[in-house]
Amino acid sequence: MFYLIITALILLLVVAGLLVRAQVLIDIFTKSSSKRAGLSNQINGFLFVVFLVFIIGGFVWISMWARKYYLPDSASVHGVWTDKQFWVTMSILSVVFVVTHILLFTFPYIYQFKENRKALFYPVNHRLEFIWTVIPAIVLSLLVFNGWKVWSAITKEAPENAVVVELVGKQFNWLVRYPGQDKKLGKHNYLKTDELNTVGIDFTDRNSFDDYMAGEVHIPVNKPVLFKIRARDVLHSVFAPHFRLKMDAVPGMPTKFWFIPTKTTSDMKTITGNPEFTYEIACTEVCGPGHFGMRMKLVVDDEDEFDAWNKSQQSFLAKNPDYLKSVPDNLRKPALQSIVENKKTTGLAVLNTLSKSVAKTN
Amino acid sequence: MASIELQNPARSVDTHGHDHHDDHDHEEGTFLTKYIFSQDHKTIAKQFLISGIIWAILGGTLSSLFRLQLGFPDMDMSILKPILGGWIEDGKLNPEFYLAMVTMHGTIMVFFVLTAGLSGTFSNFLIPLQIGARDMASGFLNMLSYWFFFASSVLMLWSMFIETGPAAGGWVIYPPLSALPQASPGSGTGMTMWLFSMALFIVSSLLGSINYVSTVINMRTKGMTFSRLPLTIWAFFFTAIIGILSFPVLFSAALLLLFDRSLGTSFYLSEIYINGEALPNMGGSPILFQHLFWFLGHPEVYIVILPALGITSEIIAVNSRKPIFGYKAMIGSIMAITLLSFIVWAHHMFVTGMNPFLGSIFMFLTLIIAIPSAVKAFNYITTLWRGNIVFTPAMLFSIGLVSFFISGGLTGVALGNSAIDIQLHDTYFVVAHFHLVMGSAAFFGMVAGVYHWFPKMFGRMMNEKLGYLHFWMTFVGIYCIFFPMHYTGIAGFPRRYYSFTSYDTFKTFGDLNAFISTAAIITFFAQFILVFNFFYSIFRGRRAPMNPWRSNTLEWTTPVNPGHGNWVGEIPHVFRWPYDYSKPGAEEDFIMQTVPYSATTSSNLDGEVDPVEESLTKVHA
Repeated sequence: MFYLIITALILLLVVAGLLVRAQVLIDIFTKSSSKRAGLSNQINGFLFVVFLVFIIGGFVWISMWARKYYLPDSASVHGVWTDKQFWVTMSILSVVFVVTHILLFTFPYIYQFKENRKALFYPVNHRLEFIWTVIPAIVLSLLVFNGWKVWSAITKEAPENAVVVELVGKQFNWLVRYPGQDKKLGKHNYLKTDELNTVGIDFTDRNSFDDYMAGEVHIPVNKPVLFKIRARDVLHSVFAPHFRLKMDAVPGMPTKFWFIPTKTTSDMKTITGNPEFTYEIACTEVCGPGHFGMRMKLVVDDEDEFDAWNKSQQSFLAKNPDYLKSVPDNLRKPALQSIVENKKTTGLAVLNTLSKSVAKTN
Repeated sequence: MASIELQNPARSVDTHGHDHHDDHDHEEGTFLTKYIFSQDHKTIAKQFLISGIIWAILGGTLSSLFRLQLGFPDMDMSILKPILGGWIEDGKLNPEFYLAMVTMHGTIMVFFVLTAGLSGTFSNFLIPLQIGARDMASGFLNMLSYWFFFASSVLMLWSMFIETGPAAGGWVIYPPLSALPQASPGSGTGMTMWLFSMALFIVSSLLGSINYVSTVINMRTKGMTFSRLPLTIWAFFFTAIIGILSFPVLFSAALLLLFDRSLGTSFYLSEIYINGEALPNMGGSPILFQHLFWFLGHPEVYIVILPALGITSEIIAVNSRKPIFGYKAMIGSIMAITLLSFIVWAHHMFVTGMNPFLGSIFMFLTLIIAIPSAVKAFNYITTLWRGNIVFTPAMLFSIGLVSFFISGGLTGVALGNSAIDIQLHDTYFVVAHFHLVMGSAAFFGMVAGVYHWFPKMFGRMMNEKLGYLHFWMTFVGIYCIFFPMHYTGIAGFPRRYYSFTSYDTFKTFGDLNAFISTAAIITFFAQFILVFNFFYSIFRGRRAPMNPWRSNTLEWTTPVNPGHGNWVGEIPHVFRWPYDYSKPGAEEDFIMQTVPYSATTSSNLDGEVDPVEESLTKVHA
């Protein structure tokens, strides 16, 4: 097999060599090689026009065709702004692209070599250069200014009442922690991380007693949500494409991103016409061989649904009472109280959902 | 063509009467000193070029392999088992190996092909020839530069054959992934070898750059003032300056990473819990590495593209038979790009958690750099306008470069806007952007340079028809590969993904990915037309005339096969700028730099008189 391939390659080379030799001989015979520019020059000039049609046509066609694959309208407040920025910028760029390429590809055709013509000696024109320095400068300034306004609005401090969710990246999945009913996220300490306490909750902080871990992200619609983001081992990056949200997760340096979701999951099911629709979080900072599999489900609930879900979550301590050992002696009582509280709310939540479903069936 | 040589008055003015005067060491020496440890800049240039070609084939092969995975995720790859061995498991590509290939593709293409292969080849080849010098300022350092590069190549290649595989954290090797061997197999020995290889590479690059700068400053021939340098030399000069100022920063970044890996320091590591173990490192910052890396990484983009733009400026002027439009503006924009290239690096880091205020500053600075770039593009187009264009393969590739530079550069305006970048960062939109604007554009510059200066390198012509075929296949191919990627990017597809099937959001576009992969593989195979043409023409090409493109610059005043020392006899003097093409009143449509104004009275413009002897000596002193 190996020798066969080698022989085939050698044969191919010999044939190519012979063909080239023949072509050169024909050139010499027809004297086309002694001319400064012959038929090939005309063909190449013409091909640039063909290519112009191909690329502009292709550009228009693929832009129409691919529309069905673009992400649907943004599901967050700031996403609408950045989408608008993007499409405005892209429209300006498309015009520049088309105009420059029309010039770039028609000039070679129009001004292809002719024996009896001389090119125009045209080394400089300061006014022209001034114009095409200033116009891009103005357009770019406008774009920067708008970009800066949007960027500042997106990155300003989160509102006080934002729903806090902690996202922790690890090889190769996301871990989610909620602050619980006190709405205060407890401290963390990476040295306390272990098999169960995967995000290193620090139980010397009483705010951590009612914190709970979740298997998927739930957030309420039309309320500010603050993602507190960190990583346990290597760099990761939270990417929630439908919310136009992306922020790196960095070990040792907590980051954050806040936003206001505007469409619930069920809204999106109607908009996309896809009954299976789910929001997703992906990882966009290469983190090892499992990088492409760091998918996390995200659900946007309406306010009631979110409240019900939030209340039905068992706190970490309630689930793993062994960790009471890590609670300092003086805080053990409040910790126990918190477990009791949690059991009460989760129990009530179960009752609530039960009674609702009973009411529905009636 | 032979008539051109006779018409070229430069020879009669400068080279006659100085027969074999500085020609002593050419054609002497053993095979070893002539071809292997040569100190002749032309031989070193060819060494860089041929190494670059070999690396490019390897880098291209890797991209074809991972494009197979992306385009045809269900494909049975067992047939590749004889080549890839254990990296194919049950007919599937190993995901770790996929990342390793992506990483190596980036490293090879950016550093080994488009830095060493491009600057190494053309700065070495053209600087002495175009400024009128016998050789580089230090031939010995120049030789060392190649051999450090060679050692670096050997190490990098070797790393691909070790059991745990080569580095696999992306060409940007962000820690902690690259710092912790337990985080991924590629972060083991492969990473150590990557770092050592890059250290050698940086030494090579610095030796080369210092040589380029000192040669351009000190060794210009009589009359070759800075304002008479061809734009190629201006571009190489500033490229070398960028390299000297930025590569040491990568060196320190790599050194600190080595310390973190081997000596237990915590420059980049903090609060890490991995594989059931909490590491003791505290207080380091992975972001520090990113700042250091991109302080080189962004200027590196210009190290790659500026020489290509310089080469194109020359080729477009020669083949449009027109002076380059706005010579001074072109120099000014190279200078502006050089300066700005150092203060835009953090636009790679808008969403790393860096202070948003810094993001605003870098967005502003980034969009400024679009202005000199735009000026360059407009000037190229204006140079074509009312020219008398000859389509040599080099010219075709140069026009192609301008097209890539525009279409890839434009999307940079979107990406440089931090608000828009939130969504597009690390998606295929970025991949499309930089493959067009720096990857393909710089590659086209390199190929254009090969077609254009091949006659000077090997004394023979390349086959034009094959060149045309190569150009059109590659030009169409590259647009078919990278244009659609913008759309997958807009749909949110993240880069460096082995497969997209686990996501609902990224399930679309399967057919488009298959199309891109097919185009990529066809385009890759089209490159063998060039490889064949190149090696075939070295031995069997038509003999080159002295000045095949009727060009003005000094390299075409040397013999067809210049020996060590370049010129037989005295080095020619220079009397004018390099772009006197189609000057009104001139007999021919080009006047070489070596022609004094006194010989062209019918075409001289106001103020164009030969300097009196004193000012000539002043230039040299």
